[in-house]
Amino acid sequence: MTEYALILLSTVLVNNFVLVKFLGLCPFMGVSRKLETAIGMALATTFVLTLSSVSSYLVNEYILIPLGLEYMRTIMFILVIAVVVQFTEMVVHKTSPLLYNVLGIFLPLITTNCAVLGVALLNVQQQHNFIQSLFYGFGAAAGFSLVLILFAALRERITVADVPEAFQGTSIALITAGIMSLAFMGFAGLVKV
Amino acid sequence: MLTVIITLAVTASIFGLILAYSSVRFKVEGDPVVDKIDTLLPQTQCGQCTYAGCRPYAEAIANGEADINQCPPGGEATIIALADLLDVEVKPLNAENGEVKTLPTIVRIDEQVCIGCTLCIQACPVDAILGAAKQMHTVIESECTGCNLCIPPCPVDCIHIFEVKPTIRNWTASLPDAEFVAPSAG
Repeated sequence: MTEYALILLSTVLVNNFVLVKFLGLCPFMGVSRKLETAIGMALATTFVLTLSSVSSYLVNEYILIPLGLEYMRTIMFILVIAVVVQFTEMVVHKTSPLLYNVLGIFLPLITTNCAVLGVALLNVQQQHNFIQSLFYGFGAAAGFSLVLILFAALRERITVADVPEAFQGTSIALITAGIMSLAFMGFAGLVKV
Repeated sequence: MLTVIITLAVTASIFGLILAYSSVRFKVEGDPVVDKIDTLLPQTQCGQCTYAGCRPYAEAIANGEADINQCPPGGEATIIALADLLDVEVKPLNAENGEVKTLPTIVRIDEQVCIGCTLCIQACPVDAILGAAKQMHTVIESECTGCNLCIPPCPVDCIHIFEVKPTIRNWTASLPDAEFVAPSAG
């Protein structure tokens, strides 16, 4: 049990995918203008990341390794991720048309979110088993959601703040992200996995 | 080499089948555009747009068969709302379909003159006229939408138009002048 807690702690705080590994920066900057869209994106990404982490583990373990096709990993994982994203899009469209409208183009863009492919490849690299892959994927998604929502909340306040003209808009957002990243460096060495 | 091609093809086909199944399973019913147009129409079911009612007119607009300026009861407000929804130019009401009424109206039957022919009952799109053959008819005022469709069939011209006097129950704030309407948010 401690092992899984450590994986979660590690992926959410210490090795945060956005602020420490710098993966998934596109939605991090793109969907963080409003808190509601950020929360919706966080939920959708959590679902996709966890599901694709597990299913890419299964594909790797039961299709690629027995056939000796490990070198086809990347293209296979991209296929798996694309399918999971399509499936998520259909489910969201059916269950919550409002969220579907809010997420708009960003929902299909989860396909090209490098954090999703990163998690799938890192699972193989670190030789995770099924449960570990599940927790690693969920932890990565939770870490992504945490910083995305925090960042969106910060940006909502920054838009009403008195920012010098040269720093307005995206520049102050990038500077904020940099400072957040520095803050997350403080977790380094907290756990060793 | 062959293993790679076969593996990829088989896996991709399986994923394709899963997606095909879920696209049927999670199908979104109905055309949401028709519903949105229908809610903007005044629901008088008057047929002045040349369609049988508001819903058929909404479907015709969604299919591109009808223009947005054929609804006299809705008037300018409905045309602006429809133009906003469909992202087309606002245009004045088509005069062939009727004129805009400034005040809401209803009809009343002059019961001394009515001969009980039931022609107006058949014409009423919302069943707001009560009566039977050779019996005096009357209009249920709360149901009347003011479409005036019952007036042409009446052989004795006993149906008259009245303006609805605003009461505490049905008073609504008047809309601002068109020039003061805020531009829609971009």
